[in-house]
Amino acid sequence: MYFSDAHQELRLHIRRFLEREVVPHLEEWEQTTFPDSIIKRFGELGFLGLRYPIEYGGQGGDYFSAVVLSEEMARAHCGGLGMAVAVHTEMATPPVLRFGTEEQKRRFLVPAIRGDEIAAIAMTEPDAGSDLAGMRTTARREAGHYILNGRKIFITNGARCGWCLVVARSDPAAGHQGFSLFLVPRDTPGFHVTRTLKKLGMHSSDTAELLFEDCRVPADFRLGPEGEGWKELMWELQGERLIAACGQIAGAQAVFEYAMQYAKDRIAFGQPIASFQVIKHRLVDMANRIAAVRALVYETCARWDAGEYPVREISQCKLLSAQVAVEVADDAIQILGGHGYMSEFPVERAWRDARLARIGAGTDEIMKEIIAKTYGL
Amino acid sequence: MKIVVTVKQVPDPNSPQRLDADNTIARDGDVVLDPGDACGVEIGLRLKEAHGGEVVLVSMGPERAREAIRKALSMGADRAVLVTDPALEGADVNTTARALAAAIGSESPDLVVCATESYDGSTGMVPPMLAEVLGLPQLTFANHVEVNGSTVSVHRQTEDGYQVVEAPMPALVAVTAGIAEPRYASLRGIMAARNKEVRTVGVADLGLEVPAPAETVEGVEDAPSRQQGEIVEDDGASGVERIMALLQAAKVI
Repeated sequence: MYFSDAHQELRLHIRRFLEREVVPHLEEWEQTTFPDSIIKRFGELGFLGLRYPIEYGGQGGDYFSAVVLSEEMARAHCGGLGMAVAVHTEMATPPVLRFGTEEQKRRFLVPAIRGDEIAAIAMTEPDAGSDLAGMRTTARREAGHYILNGRKIFITNGARCGWCLVVARSDPAAGHQGFSLFLVPRDTPGFHVTRTLKKLGMHSSDTAELLFEDCRVPADFRLGPEGEGWKELMWELQGERLIAACGQIAGAQAVFEYAMQYAKDRIAFGQPIASFQVIKHRLVDMANRIAAVRALVYETCARWDAGEYPVREISQCKLLSAQVAVEVADDAIQILGGHGYMSEFPVERAWRDARLARIGAGTDEIMKEIIAKTYGL
Repeated sequence: MKIVVTVKQVPDPNSPQRLDADNTIARDGDVVLDPGDACGVEIGLRLKEAHGGEVVLVSMGPERAREAIRKALSMGADRAVLVTDPALEGADVNTTARALAAAIGSESPDLVVCATESYDGSTGMVPPMLAEVLGLPQLTFANHVEVNGSTVSVHRQTEDGYQVVEAPMPALVAVTAGIAEPRYASLRGIMAARNKEVRTVGVADLGLEVPAPAETVEGVEDAPSRQQGEIVEDDGASGVERIMALLQAAKVI
């Protein structure tokens, strides 16, 4: 209903590419993080520009072509690499396409789609996560430039990016109307990566803490009008949450299928454990929750693709998919028992990777606040 | 340079293979572009990229074979000719080669690229027969292909290594399945393939007479299942001699 046969053909090519060029290295990349060259390879094959216009090197596809990529990355248990690609294609670059000038698109979007420059986006700060409006990074205007000062944290691709989309206060007195977005090339003096952070899961991606210290950014690199940053950021977050939901549900599906196959093969007390009602019903519960949320996710993707702005449903997708992904991974570990707790079985990593989903791109609690607001609560 | 690549839709090698009641291969299940042909298409596209020209696909099969053709067009081939006719159902290799030759001949290509054998029938006879009907030199088992001016040169794979074989073009090259990894189609390629020409021709268009098959499959039986081998107990005395005798009888040593 949502996927044409062109999407399905694309899916098979992406699947074969991942099987041949990504999956064999995933375990190694969990230790070392992935090499930048794999992002370049994604770019060569057109996978970083699936839904971007052909004039900027994109493939001219619709939103569901991006969904296909997200689903296939999740299906192959790509974890951290999947997140890095999603940050690049569905978080950092969409605002450039939507709000950027022609020059900005040529300078930032085109090399990102080619895979020559990896993109990052920096909003969270040590003292501003869920309370995003508490961001303190400032952008002071001075002779054709903005001078950025402040710290950003938990920045995926931060250490390896070619450019970073940074949210800063251009007018500290103006509240929500005081934020602006800036495209900051990595080699700008004053753009420091202070450290990369160790974390529970998503080990193949890098997560950085950034410091902007009198970082001079040309005024031409401000994205959109001054003071419009908050609105632009809220739009960006919708796409970020929706693609996160797509990945979480596809990941949950892969974990479910793995656990089901295990339960069919694993003999205990003289029979496959899948034949025990307690396991069988647990598997059915997993499948049901995935199916229900996936239906909402696809419907919401179709509305987003059609140009609607369904904030409530996107927040619901994000909240429910994260919860289902975590629950399904936990159930899978329980079905696999001791094997499930071991790193040599993929559900252990899936469990660690999935836990981020209830925090990143807006916590469960923030999603509920947003949904409540749409009901006037 | 005009390059014709022959392509075929075959039952998915990952699905169980079945026969129809008349002992011909069942083609109503999952079907794919023959994986060997995908390598042929890749070689055709690389030669086009190096020397310019066009890559024309020629296929024979039912209407449904358009799906496989479209996969090859997604990779970058320019257009296709599908030979399709009820009279060709269950065609043997002779008829297949003559039908393909008629369609290829009217294209007057500089080079014809085939896979060494199809994944389903695996006769390996169509490329040589095709070359014969077309009157072209044939270079088979190629795992490397180069074009220099009006000459095509291949590495012909042998048990010990390879032979370098050259022929003047036009010529036919049959490539091995391992010759090149088929490229991943881009979304743009997939979308563009939907607007590329797939011309269908029938027996009458080609001025072809279809003789009765020279060969038909009368019966098919499962291969005998493997018998259990002899277990030699190591009694510390004659075990080694017994195993040596068995290996010598099997002409392994």
